[in-house]
Amino acid sequence: MNNPQLNAQGELTHLLTLEGLPAAVMVRILDTAVPFVSIAERDVKKVPLLRGKAVFNLFFESSTRTRTTFEIAAKRLSADVINLNIGVSSTSKGETLLDTVDNLVAMNADMFVVRHAQSGAPHLIAQHLLATKRTHIHVINAGDGRHSHPTQGLLDLFTIRHYKKDFRALTVAIVGDILHSRVARSLIHGLTTLGTPEVRVIGPQTLLPGAVESLGVRVFHDMNDGLRGADVVVMLRLQSERMKGSLLPSAGEYFKHYGLTADKLARAKPDAIVMHPGPMNRGVEIDSAVADGAHSVILPQVTFGIAVRMAVMSMLGAAQ
Amino acid sequence: MNTSGLPDAEATLAELVERMADAVAADARIVGIYSGGAWLAERLAELLPGNHPVGYIDVSFYRDDYTKKGLRAKVATTTLPFEVGGARIVLVDDVLYTGRSVRAAINELFDYGRPESIELAVLIDRGGRELPIEATYVGARVAVARDVSVVLNRHLDGGLELTVEPAGSAPRE
Repeated sequence: MNNPQLNAQGELTHLLTLEGLPAAVMVRILDTAVPFVSIAERDVKKVPLLRGKAVFNLFFESSTRTRTTFEIAAKRLSADVINLNIGVSSTSKGETLLDTVDNLVAMNADMFVVRHAQSGAPHLIAQHLLATKRTHIHVINAGDGRHSHPTQGLLDLFTIRHYKKDFRALTVAIVGDILHSRVARSLIHGLTTLGTPEVRVIGPQTLLPGAVESLGVRVFHDMNDGLRGADVVVMLRLQSERMKGSLLPSAGEYFKHYGLTADKLARAKPDAIVMHPGPMNRGVEIDSAVADGAHSVILPQVTFGIAVRMAVMSMLGAAQ
Repeated sequence: MNTSGLPDAEATLAELVERMADAVAADARIVGIYSGGAWLAERLAELLPGNHPVGYIDVSFYRDDYTKKGLRAKVATTTLPFEVGGARIVLVDDVLYTGRSVRAAINELFDYGRPESIELAVLIDRGGRELPIEATYVGARVAVARDVSVVLNRHLDGGLELTVEPAGSAPRE
C-alpha cells in the first residue's frame, strides 16, 4: 500500500497508520499535544481553531469510548461534530462506503474520523478523496480491523514520554492478545520509530502473530521473564470472544499466566508504569489492585488521549 | 543581521519601566506573549514596584492565520497561575505591529475569565496597525520597512537585544 497520509510538502494530511510515519511527524504531534492538555483545566475548555468546520465521526463498528474522546477533542477545537453510526443505517440499505463518503462531502464535511472492522477502510477513503482532488478533506483512522489504531498508539507514546521522558533508554513490555490487537501493532511501530531499544511482547503462542519478531520485538511466553526490568508495562484487553474458540482454555487460566498482579509487577522496575487502552477486564488481564494502584497511569491515558486527538485534528485542519 | 536604526533594547526597557512605574496597579498581573513578551514580562515584574505575578500566553490556538499557515511546530503552554476573573492585567509584547497577536491574546484571556482591566505594554511600536489596537505603554516608536521583522533576542546572560531580519525568516510576531 502506498502511503497518502503526507502531502508533497511532507505535512500530515490524513492519519491512517503509524507504520512508515516519519519520527519527525510523530514527535511534532506529541509536542503539539502538550499545550492542549491544559485546555481541560480552563474555565472555557475550547479554542477556536476548527470553528466552522464539520467533523464526521463515521463509526462502522461501535466504540463508545473512542468515539466520545474524538467528539470531545473536536468540540474543544470548536468544530461541529456529527456522529454517524453507519452500522445501522446506510450500509444496511446497500450503499457503498465511498457513496456514503461522497454524500457526506456533499454536506460539506471537512474531516472524517473512521472506525471500521475492515482493515484499510480509512485508507480507501483517503485514496478516494485524493483521486478526486478533494485535498482539503482529511481522514483520521480511529481503528481499522486488526491493522492500525494510530491515535491510540500516539496517546500511548505521549503517556510514556510524559512519565519516562526519553524513549532511547526504555524497555517496554506489551502483554496479552498481540495477534488481534491493532493497538499493539500501532504502539510497536511508534516505539521502534522513536528509537526504543527494547520492545517486548508477552503472550501465549496462540495469541502472537506468526512473524512477530519481524516488527523488531523480543518475544516472551513467560510473564515473569518478560517483565524483568521493564520501565513500561502495557496490558491489552482480552476480548471474551477469544475464549470461545480454541485459542485459550479459560479466563481463570489466562489470569494465572498472563494477568498482571502485584507479584508479577514486582519483576519490573520499581518506578514502572502500567498502561491499558481500556476497557479493562478486571480479574482477566489485570488485577484490580494493580489497575487502581500507584503504578497505574490508565486514567491519565484517557485524559492525554483527548489532547493527542486535538493535536492531530488541528494539524490536519490547516493542511492542504 | 542588521541592527541599524533600532534603539538599544535594555535602554528602551528602562524607559518603558519609567513610564509604567507610577501608572501600573501594584497588584497587576503581568502576562507576556511568547516568546519575546514572556522575557519582558519577567523583567518588568522584577523592575516595577509592587508584587506582580507573571503569566505566559502562546496565542497559536487563537491566531487568525491558522487556516493559511497552520500551527507552528513548537506551541508553548499558556500558563496563567492566578485567577483571571477580576484581575488587572498588563499584557506584554516585544513588538506591536499589525495588532493581530494582541487581538488573539485578549481573546484567549477571556476564555480564562473576565478581567477587571487589560492594559498593553510593548517595547517597540513599529506602526502598521491592521486592527484598532493601541498600547497603553510604549518603550520606543520606530519606523522600519514593511519587508523586515523586528526581533527581540535574549542572550545567555539574560541581556536583551533588538535585531531586524527579513520578514518570513523570523518567528512570527
